[in-house]
Amino acid sequence: MKKHNNLAEISIQTDDFSLADEVALLEQDNLTDGAVVTFTGRVRNHNNGNAVTALTLEHYPGMTEKSLANIIKQAKERWHIGRVKVIHRIGELSIGDQIVFVGVTSKHRQDAFAANEFIMDYLKVSAPFWKKEKITNAGKISENWLAAKDSDNDKAKRWS
Amino acid sequence: MINVVFFAALREQLGCAQLSLAADDVKTVDDIKRLLCEKNEQWQQTFANTSLLSAVNHDMVDGDHLVKPGDEVAFFPPVTGG
Repeated sequence: MKKHNNLAEISIQTDDFSLADEVALLEQDNLTDGAVVTFTGRVRNHNNGNAVTALTLEHYPGMTEKSLANIIKQAKERWHIGRVKVIHRIGELSIGDQIVFVGVTSKHRQDAFAANEFIMDYLKVSAPFWKKEKITNAGKISENWLAAKDSDNDKAKRWS
Repeated sequence: MINVVFFAALREQLGCAQLSLAADDVKTVDDIKRLLCEKNEQWQQTFANTSLLSAVNHDMVDGDHLVKPGDEVAFFPPVTGG
């Protein structure tokens, strides 16, 4: 079992992660926080009516970490939260694979719920990741870069 | 020199991930865009996409942001992570 390390709030990795291990790290030697809220994002098998067969995630090394650190800093300024962990996978992923994890602890649940959603909403619109989907349409396989969604921008704007 | 990098669909459309520019000719991010558009029609058309985002030294910035030698300037499409 890894030891909890406050400096390791952000991880950009090709490897999968274990939800159980991440929750254990958030809880380890942490008896002041009564709430642990986690979100896990996974690869869907469909998008815009097309069958998705795989996904590739590209990122901007350096800026990704800086952007996520800034989002976490803002969350800590807005809510009384304890530990935060953000994991985002990159590279080739298959259907059902885990892509992203956000875990937040707090004394009471409201802060961790709100901060977790805030981090996800801002990650969606400001962290430099790009998804490329492999889709099958009428038996033909093609690769498409995903278009950004207005609804994601609207969700992030709710917090400002 | 200024290091210019491109990502995702933009990188593929341009067929270019990275290039260096002399800092003398440019003051802002928009100046860099204008200079890149002069390369050829393909670059001009690609940069006509108004939804493109820009960053300087890993911070998202607007077109009027000032640039200096040694900066890393990035152009990319709206992000789609999570």
